[in-house]
Amino acid sequence: MTVAALEIQDAVVSYGDAEPVLKGVSLSVASGEFIALLGASGCGKTTLLRAISGFVRLRAGAIRVSGVDVAGLPPDKRDMAMVFQSYALWPHMTTAQNIGYGLRLRRKSRNDIARRVGELLSMLGLEGLGERKVTQLSGGQRQRVALGRALAVNPRILLLDEPLSNLDARVRGQMRHEIKAIQQNLGITAIHVTHDREEAMVMADRIVILNEGYIVQQGTPEEIYNRPATPFVASFTGAHNVVALHLGIEDGLVRVAAGEHNAEALLRLGSEGAHLAEPKGGPASAHFHTEAARLVIGDDAPPNSLTLRGRITQSSYPGGVYRYAVDVGGRQFMVDDERRFSTGDEVGIWLPAEALHLYPATPEHMARLAGIDENRDRL
Amino acid sequence: MTGPLNWLPRTIILVLLALVIFGPLTNLLIWAVAEQWYYPHKLPVTYGFKYWAEVFKPTGNAMLSLWTSLLIAVLTVLACLAVSIPAGYALARRSLPWRALIMLAFLLPQAFPSVPIYINIARIFYGYGLNGTITGVVLVHTTHGLVFSVWIATAAFAAVDRELEEAARSIGASPLRSFFTVTLPLAAPGIMASAIFVFLESLDEFTGTFFVGVPDVTTLPLLLFNASMEGNYQIASITALILLVPSVGFMLFIERFLKADVLGKVGA
Repeated sequence: MTVAALEIQDAVVSYGDAEPVLKGVSLSVASGEFIALLGASGCGKTTLLRAISGFVRLRAGAIRVSGVDVAGLPPDKRDMAMVFQSYALWPHMTTAQNIGYGLRLRRKSRNDIARRVGELLSMLGLEGLGERKVTQLSGGQRQRVALGRALAVNPRILLLDEPLSNLDARVRGQMRHEIKAIQQNLGITAIHVTHDREEAMVMADRIVILNEGYIVQQGTPEEIYNRPATPFVASFTGAHNVVALHLGIEDGLVRVAAGEHNAEALLRLGSEGAHLAEPKGGPASAHFHTEAARLVIGDDAPPNSLTLRGRITQSSYPGGVYRYAVDVGGRQFMVDDERRFSTGDEVGIWLPAEALHLYPATPEHMARLAGIDENRDRL
Repeated sequence: MTGPLNWLPRTIILVLLALVIFGPLTNLLIWAVAEQWYYPHKLPVTYGFKYWAEVFKPTGNAMLSLWTSLLIAVLTVLACLAVSIPAGYALARRSLPWRALIMLAFLLPQAFPSVPIYINIARIFYGYGLNGTITGVVLVHTTHGLVFSVWIATAAFAAVDRELEEAARSIGASPLRSFFTVTLPLAAPGIMASAIFVFLESLDEFTGTFFVGVPDVTTLPLLLFNASMEGNYQIASITALILLVPSVGFMLFIERFLKADVLGKVGA
């Protein structure tokens, strides 16, 4: 077995006496792999990146680069390079000086530095901007300079801390692909922190989802999207439409009991069926992506699918398809459909089995679905 | 407001303001070029540069005290920087315990009436043989200058985004290297301003120099004091004009180089 490029073992980080921000995180990264650390703000993803880079000390655990424990080393001795959200370019230096800084530290000759900086400038599409002050560059150009500065030193691991979140949407979309392409061409190991699911999906070979200091799931973009392990991951990856169901498990099938807003349905499981997180009957919550749902009229439900009965309360046209808000027993669901319906129409939300992610319902989850405000109960 | 006389109040205020600012300066300028001026004449009887020659005469007291003043000012700046650069960085970066208290401690010399403080300092310095020495005067000026020096340096370092240092650390710079190649150059305008401020304060300082330096150390302000006590207004005016030059230069520097984000962090 080859040694992992980066291995994190039971990493615990806490600031002062407060509750740990990372509560025991283990992660193994292969050489040349592009990992995205994905999570909401405060989940510990940035802390994990800063622990890897050496700006934050571990309270327990180990970080190994190619088998060597680096947890005790300062950031400058770890042979990594970080790209910051703020770009963190030095305003008192030109573009070329920024990119060449790491090479000057390594006492490269003036000619070597000039050659390497020239290569990077042309690779990043910054030809002719070498003598420009970094304060005169656009956001996208600054991002490229920051990337060039990190790549110039040939780091063993490239760390990206939300590098695209300060860019406008158009440039961001383009930079995703550029960074990905550069990473693949150089075969460099990269760790990318982001709170943007789509960014993580587009860029990463493997996505690691963190929540409250733990890794809750890791896998390829397809696995994360199609088989979210927990309701949290499902919501976070965009399956944030939730409906309460009652399930019965049968041989390779799941039977959805008829409810207030749905008829009985028999769903297959597995690759062409529903995703059942735990083989357990009883009350459950079903998550689905807006994109996976369609509208139907009447009860013509095909087999291996579930239909929720509701009424259209709002319609809009964001482009391509119509988007409807459908009221199902007081809860609103957003559903896209090519056909034109009008407000007030009785419709069904048709969900093929593959679109459904089923989780055993937790009490607080059910309470939320029932619309009960816990705080109000206490008063 | 388009009345025929709406320009009048503004004009009156501007004229008064100009008088307040330029009146004393004009008096100074006239005295500097007056060779003879006595009552009841409203203006000097004879003009000339006789006293300028006297002030700038290489062997004169004036030139000697100018050099003394400059030497003391330069040494004071160096002493202040030696403290304020590390102290300012530490106060800006590390979450020092008692941070506010330390900041206040540098303010203390300004918080009490200066005469009793300097009398006491003079008494203590006497015990160490520091009275009447350049070292003694530099030390007095340094305690006085440190408050500006440390406070401004702290603000200047605080204005340097920490990520700029981290960016250098992450690609292989040692802490010292990142300080000297990133932090210090970026804080330099603020540090420079504090240095100039200390320089001017030292050049201008009178009370401390009077109690600690007299009679062996004579700086320009002491010379000015002596000259005006003797009724020699020409020498006093010329000396005052010399002292004015660096102040104006400093104002121009501040306006040109010091950014609002640094000034906004002074004392914060």
